[in-house]
Amino acid sequence: MKIKKYSHIKATLAIARASFKSILRSPSAVVFSLLFPLIFIVVFGFIGGGGINVDVGLAKTSDTINPVYKTLKQIKVVRFIVEDEKSMNQDLEKGRIDAVLNIQKNPNGLPAYFVNVKYTDASKEKGSILKSVISNIILPINTKANDAPAPVAELKETTISGREYKTIDFILPGQLGFALLSTGVFGTAFVFISLRLTLVIKRFFATPVTKASIVLGEAIARIVFALFTAIFIILVGHFAFGFTLINGVTTVFNMLILSTLGLIVFLGFGLAVSGVAKNESMVPPIANIITLPQFLLSGTFFSISAFPTWLQPISRALPLTYLNDALRKVAFEGASLWDVQHQILILLIWGIGIYAVAVKVFKWE
Amino acid sequence: MEKSSIISVENLVKNYDKFEAVKGISFEVKEGEIFGLLGPNGAGKTTTLEIMETLRDKTSGKIIIGGFDLEKSPNEIKHIIGVQLQAAGYYPNLNLTELIKLFSGLYGIDVNAIDLLSKVSLVDKAKAKYKELSGGQKQRFSIATTLINQPKIIFLDEPTTGLDPQARRNLWDLILEIRASGTTIVLTTHYMDEAEVLCDRIAFIDNGNIIGINSPDQFIDDLVASGFERKKEVKKANLEDVFINLTGKDLRES
Repeated sequence: MKIKKYSHIKATLAIARASFKSILRSPSAVVFSLLFPLIFIVVFGFIGGGGINVDVGLAKTSDTINPVYKTLKQIKVVRFIVEDEKSMNQDLEKGRIDAVLNIQKNPNGLPAYFVNVKYTDASKEKGSILKSVISNIILPINTKANDAPAPVAELKETTISGREYKTIDFILPGQLGFALLSTGVFGTAFVFISLRLTLVIKRFFATPVTKASIVLGEAIARIVFALFTAIFIILVGHFAFGFTLINGVTTVFNMLILSTLGLIVFLGFGLAVSGVAKNESMVPPIANIITLPQFLLSGTFFSISAFPTWLQPISRALPLTYLNDALRKVAFEGASLWDVQHQILILLIWGIGIYAVAVKVFKWE
Repeated sequence: MEKSSIISVENLVKNYDKFEAVKGISFEVKEGEIFGLLGPNGAGKTTTLEIMETLRDKTSGKIIIGGFDLEKSPNEIKHIIGVQLQAAGYYPNLNLTELIKLFSGLYGIDVNAIDLLSKVSLVDKAKAKYKELSGGQKQRFSIATTLINQPKIIFLDEPTTGLDPQARRNLWDLILEIRASGTTIVLTTHYMDEAEVLCDRIAFIDNGNIIGINSPDQFIDDLVASGFERKKEVKKANLEDVFINLTGKDLRES
């Protein structure tokens, strides 16, 4: 019998297609890679929005028809909170509110008002912001009121218009990076161990398919899935929460290239985990050893510079740190891929290292 | 007329570390026959089968399948055989049609999934997942996947283990149909009645050795000729016949 020329591409694509369908129908993949990051983005997108707020408790007895209060009310940074005196004092003590304001009309004539501000040690920084805001308001009011001589020096304030760095600009790349890490490690490890244990791979080997086609097919399915999730996350972030895409489509494109690179590295971790784990229940503990430290230490939620100095070298050793870093630079600063070559290089080194391990520990049966 | 042999196994040996699972067995399978490998658990049946299926390396020996030397052309052999593994699963979350598409991709051919499913009476399950099938349906689907590449030979490892009598007899019919269409079948089983019904020839394997190859009839005649007698007189029907007679031949599956 003449055997027609066998197509490895066809076999690889058949596996990729099957795997992709299977991923879409597996709830855990969708939850971990799509829902999970999206929840974080929505939560941080809403609480993060407006930068700094100073919460000021307004005393019940306070006068509210004076110019000081009216002006303060128009300042965005200051947020007035009205509650009873007892809980206001408690909140002030705990730093839940940053100051208490009580403006009283002077019954004895001039000065017309006493502006009483109670600050708290629990929130010194915001207190001093309020202090300068108030003195900025009172100064011109006093000047006008007293027909005083022309001031010696006049303050002229200008602000350059910088790009606003929103919480979403920090959170989204971190969540995207972590979604890729979960898809790469958990998804891959579970799939290969279950294909191995249920003898699916053994059955495959009775067909002419090669091992390379099996690994490549699975990788293609995961990359395609991850790119869909990445696009979805970026678009939701951009249109719903104003995630900054400095160069528009080019930025998205560069982010997708970085995502693919990151995912390929993380797939290596997944393959290694599937080789080390003896059964499916051993996957979560081993995979968590890889993902959890990166979730916490790779600048997913907090900037690495916020960590104590002894912890920072550990953060700077993790691959997700560099993926997150590169994604942020590309999205917010408009860096090109060439500008983040340092991050890419470190990811590649991790990739080579982990695939060397994966090749050693990976089991086919 | 003597049919030509499609499989020839010569002095096959398989050692796992120090354990000798298969100790130099030889046999031939003729084109178009149903050949049974029988023997107790651990006798080496599955090992022998998996070596022929190209899934396991042999320690030594020579195997020719469909004219191809197993050692030199395992890939050519994969194209002309179909394999059903004992207790194998299928790719998760896919329905039967998608699984058949996957396998045809692995073989690099195009297959009409519905035609194939109709051969094993599973057309109404085309959109069902493998794990939703009953035991008999699972085995029928497994056999369907062995037929995807229109193989010359199919290997079935304990195809009827765990099935109820109706499903078992239904599977026998299917196996006989496949043979009738010209495919050679090599199977293992623990059920002697099954071997008696299905197999043209059987080989008994024990402790890694073949202790006899012949047709079931000949084995029985030889035993009787040697003076063997059953303790109980054989009746014209057995308990399974009673079971089928009482419960009917219809398959019990949703």
